Formats: sequence, structure tokens, C-alpha cells
Amino acid sequence: MGKPTKVTNAIRPLRFANDEMTQAELADKVGVTRQTIIAIEQGRYSPSLEMAFRIARAFGVPLDEVFRYPDNEEKRRTKS
Amino acid sequence: MSFEEKGTWAYMIVVIVVSGIYFASVLSQVGQVSVDEIKYIRPLITAIIATIVATIAGYIVAAISAPSEADKKDERDKDIHRFGESVGFTALGVMNLLPLGLAMAEVEQFWIANAIFLAGIVAATISSITKIVAYRRGL
Repeated sequence: MGKPTKVTNAIRPLRFANDEMTQAELADKVGVTRQTIIAIEQGRYSPSLEMAFRIARAFGVPLDEVFRYPDNEEKRRTKS
Repeated sequence: MSFEEKGTWAYMIVVIVVSGIYFASVLSQVGQVSVDEIKYIRPLITAIIATIVATIAGYIVAAISAPSEADKKDERDKDIHRFGESVGFTALGVMNLLPLGLAMAEVEQFWIANAIFLAGIVAATISSITKIVAYRRGL
């Protein structure tokens, strides 16, 4: 609890790129509360895969343009 | 603040206030009269009913204050609820050792009944605090 998620997101820049969509408008499109959008934007909540897809669909972009997870490639290379 | 978070606050405040009034009124009689003579059953039932009614009233006030958000519940609310309830359930399990011990020691029913009520109050409070912290700081 309270542990920040490693998942990063580009919801804020995407909202601004989409006619300055408000958090409330995005929440309506995704079907969640505005507080949940705020929590996801601030990295306080990791959405389910289904909700993540709904958010990406609201912006009309692929999932990995909204959410990123740091890859461990570098770590693996260091180990080998 | 989401509708569900407001409801959680309402429930926690009601639980603390109502149980505080109950314990203050009932336990203040301990020492003055024998515990067998303390009439605790009606106040205890009243406290339980008052908690339910006041919590519902709290939800109604929250709904009136922000009608657009009333009764909106999403998967984050459900996740937080589930997490808070699991913590509260663990607390209830631990707290129930108290009335169990009292029953084994064959103390008066008064103490056993009040220990069960206290266990429920503590578990509900811990569960609510867990949910509020999850809402504020993240799950």
C-alpha cells in the first residue's frame, strides 16, 4: 500500500493533445470516477488490463503509447 | 473525494462516535454496581442500529452534496474495498481472541458481549483507516 507503481503513463500529455480533454471527460469515456483517473495519472493506482485498454481506446492510440513499463533488458545484459 | 471514500469516512466517524458514546455510558457504571446489574443489551442493540442508520444518512448526505457522483463505484473502489475488508477481517480474527479468552475464563456475559462488540468496532475502524489510506496514498 502506498508503494508507487512502476507503470508510467502518458495520460496527461494525451489529454492535452486531445483538445485539452478534462479528467472528468476521460473518466466518462472510460466509465470510471474522476478520482480514479487522477490516481492513475499520479501513479497511485495501476489499472486493470481492461481499463488500460479502455483508456487507450478513448485516445485512439495503442496501449503502449499510454502505458509504459521499464524493461529489464539492461539488467539482463549486466547479469550475462 | 469519490462517493465511496466519503461513505468510508462517514462509516468510520459514525462507528467511533456511536461506540464511544455506548462505552462511555455503559462502562461508566462498572465499579458502581455489579456487572450483572448493568443493563447493556438495549444500549448495545441501539448502538448497532444507530450505526447502520447514521451511516446510511452519511451516504445520503454525500449523495445530496454531489449528486453527479452519487452511487458511482468503479474497479478502484472495489479493489480498495476488498483490500480494506481483508485487513479488517484479519483484525477481527485477532481481536476475537479476547472474547474467546474471556469465555474460557468463564467471566460474566457482560464482558464477553462487550469484548465481541469491541472486536467489531476495532476491526471496522482498522478496515476504514486502511481504505482511506489506500484512497489517499495509493493501493
